[in-house]
Amino acid sequence: MTDQVYKTDALIAEDIDAYLVAHQNKSLLRFITCGSVDDGKSTLIGRLLYDSKMIFEDQLAQLEADSKKQGTQGQEIDFALLVDGLAAEREQGITIDVAYRFFATEKRKFIVADTPGHEQYTRNMVTGASTADLAVILIDARKGVLTQTRRHSYLANLIGIKNIVLAVNKMDLVDYDQATYDQIVADYTTFAKDIGIDDFVAIPISGFKGNNITGPSDNTKWYTGPSLMQHLESVELNQNADQETAFHMPVQWVNRPNLDFRGFAGKIASGVIHPGDEVRILPSGKTSHIDRIVTFDGDKDAAFAGESVTLTLKDEVDCSRGQVISNAKSPLEVADQFEATLVWMDENEMIPGRAYVLKIGAQTVSATVAQPKYQVNVNTLEQTATKTLDLNAIGIANITTDRSIPFAAYAENRELGGFILVDKMTNATVAAGMINFALRRAQNIHWQATDIAREHHSEMKHQKPAVLWMTGLSGSGKSTIANIVEKKLARMNRHTFLLDGDNVRHGLNKDLGFTDADRVENIRRVGEVAKLMTDAGLIVITAFISPFRSERDMVRSMMQPGEFVEVFIDTPLAEAEKRDVKGLYAKARSGQLKNFTGIDSPYEAPDAPEIRIDTTSMTPDEAADLIIARLIP
Amino acid sequence: MDKKQLTHLERLEAESIHIMREVAAEAEKPVMLYSVGKDSAVMLHLAKKAFYPAPPPFPLLHVDTTWKFKAMYDLRAKAAKDAGMELLVYQNPEAKEKGINPFDHGSLHTDMWKTEGLKQALDKYGFDAAFGGARRDEEKSRAKERIFSFRTASHRWDPKQQRPELWNLYNARKTKGESMRVFPLSNWTELDIWQYIHLEGIEIVPLYFSAPRPTVERDGLILMVDDDRFPLAEGEKPVMRSIRFRTLGCYPLTGAVESEAKTLPEVIQEMLLTTTSERQGRAIDKDQTASMELKKQQGYF
Repeated sequence: MTDQVYKTDALIAEDIDAYLVAHQNKSLLRFITCGSVDDGKSTLIGRLLYDSKMIFEDQLAQLEADSKKQGTQGQEIDFALLVDGLAAEREQGITIDVAYRFFATEKRKFIVADTPGHEQYTRNMVTGASTADLAVILIDARKGVLTQTRRHSYLANLIGIKNIVLAVNKMDLVDYDQATYDQIVADYTTFAKDIGIDDFVAIPISGFKGNNITGPSDNTKWYTGPSLMQHLESVELNQNADQETAFHMPVQWVNRPNLDFRGFAGKIASGVIHPGDEVRILPSGKTSHIDRIVTFDGDKDAAFAGESVTLTLKDEVDCSRGQVISNAKSPLEVADQFEATLVWMDENEMIPGRAYVLKIGAQTVSATVAQPKYQVNVNTLEQTATKTLDLNAIGIANITTDRSIPFAAYAENRELGGFILVDKMTNATVAAGMINFALRRAQNIHWQATDIAREHHSEMKHQKPAVLWMTGLSGSGKSTIANIVEKKLARMNRHTFLLDGDNVRHGLNKDLGFTDADRVENIRRVGEVAKLMTDAGLIVITAFISPFRSERDMVRSMMQPGEFVEVFIDTPLAEAEKRDVKGLYAKARSGQLKNFTGIDSPYEAPDAPEIRIDTTSMTPDEAADLIIARLIP
Repeated sequence: MDKKQLTHLERLEAESIHIMREVAAEAEKPVMLYSVGKDSAVMLHLAKKAFYPAPPPFPLLHVDTTWKFKAMYDLRAKAAKDAGMELLVYQNPEAKEKGINPFDHGSLHTDMWKTEGLKQALDKYGFDAAFGGARRDEEKSRAKERIFSFRTASHRWDPKQQRPELWNLYNARKTKGESMRVFPLSNWTELDIWQYIHLEGIEIVPLYFSAPRPTVERDGLILMVDDDRFPLAEGEKPVMRSIRFRTLGCYPLTGAVESEAKTLPEVIQEMLLTTTSERQGRAIDKDQTASMELKKQQGYF
């Protein structure tokens, strides 16, 4: 037990009130430990918990028993068992991806994000690091700087952790040799510079023996720097830096208990605010002044980055959830196209062109991701070309949102530049993203308003434009029915255009294949064409398998309300296969045709189509009449 | 420019308030589970702060086992009234009808009153997000649970299918029938809770403070005889002991500790100098290894 802990004990016993005053003023440091199983990470965390007296007698008794039974340290206490008991959890088939541990010392409270295991390492480490102020990179002194050290350091830097500690562990196993340590630090320095880490603190430690953990060690007299704990207790926090920049607060909640009070609640992402300060509401750009800073404990003269507050404004300006209250003189940028770094976190690969839900600050928008510019190999740091991003892949890609959003570059502020992508169908969080910068394009290309409006086009044709979107399996009868519908409409003097899947692939989309990503792009382009045609006043009839709900919904969202009519040509797979008009099912079954919908690529039937056609109970002609009757009542 | 070093409690408070506001904004029908314990007291206090000057925009729900300490029922009504919130009390009618109790039915008691009762209550009112006061430092399976913990339509938790939780961005999206349990106190420790109660002057059940109370000792646990429903063994007589509780559940399942700590600083002092972990006083965790994880998968909070 070190002196420090003894003093705490004495203070608790003798003067609890003095202790409480001292301890309620502690600050909070969140950190992540990065290392592989063999680096002694669990032992180190266990040691920190033990040395800061976070282990109780019953837990210690259990630990001693477990150490004898399954420990790897002979008769000595195996601290690693304390933290994860991974063996037991593996037996039960329980996985830990990110676990959080807590301890406190005289000066600070600590939250450690612990991400064990090699599998899913990128996803887990990025998740744990996203809330960390500091990263401890563990190196086994016997092995030196390894591939995994590079990976951990790259990820810590990517996620914007400014405080890096290089803990050279297992010094006891290299006889506390200074030359070994110096060599490792020199190797790491060269590498760190290459990836943009300018500064780090190196400490020689032994988690197992407890050297340089809480205090100086007699075994490393040549080392004069702080112990790990001393460094963790004294390092400056990111949050202080956030207070030095301009004020920004995403609005989470508009508080309206009665007609006389309208408060904007949120957590301040950066800067400081006072009553009377001029602010700008983004993206609208309206300005006002702060009237009051309202809290349960009374009004405040100032509020700081990191605090959750409620602000009132002097003027009645529009402001709702997702908007940002910004310093009027240096407001956030607003844009709808960005270059971003993405960390893919889902089993299903990223699909360029598909619409995902993007959440940034308190705002949720729809966003599409373009084909990545490149992906980064986290082990070699090489950049390679790619069409998509798989689980744990890191890539750079352009992102387009369906409306303009206020943001800061991630490098400037994590809370204003970090976002997540959510799959619209499964609701899974599929990616973490970091905005690098807005694309100039977005600011310089404006929508050109034309004098002849879409209403004019449709009035001249005496018809209401619409898209009759036929979806269904190959061979379900889409093209046949679409063709009859068009002929009937033509006889009724309606101006129509039929976009057929096969035909479009001969021209506009001849560069596309049948992978999921290409299918999405195929539908996106057809949607854009259909949209232009409705602007021209036409009734557009399309016949595409369009197997994915998300893309059909994407096209729906591109159209004016009510103009998209989803027609589900419902033919059971067995029936379509029996018909096999083009002989494609036979080819797919024999393996000559890959990615064939219904065979080795999924078809997602519509949940609530405007029209459902059961082709087993009506003829194509009857189907066409039904569709027209619904379109033109 | 002026700066302010936030204390650990100020950062935890800001984080919890942020979480509550996210739920209020994104859930269709949120509810706050209220168990009358110290963690619930802190959670309720934070909710008042998050939405001040309005009252919190959701009701309190107590899933009642009918076997709580009398002192807990007294505080329950008062706390809801003070906060200006609606209090819903739910008791599983089947458990009531069958007379399920902790003396005769063992773990079935927790299962029927708490796990089943909670599921029934959430279904009955159609709540799609429920705040709970659980903390990650309580035990292993909590340590890895997300702040926004997603549940299937049958209330099951799948530890392998948890959504990654990055920065302070919470994915609250779900389809109809699915729900979320949200833990705004995830990053608080037992000491944080006590310090915060002390600092903010939050009212808690007097059972947390030491007083002479009638007790019996069983299987190494000191149990308080709270009313005449406590079946005494032959020849067993309640003994007055100076005791308090570190954690409050159903009175026959919660063990007391012998103590002289009558004030909050004394309680904190005792806690800091103590040598056993908090949940040791609860019988529920000892049934089997990883019992909490299993219970949670079945729908226990």
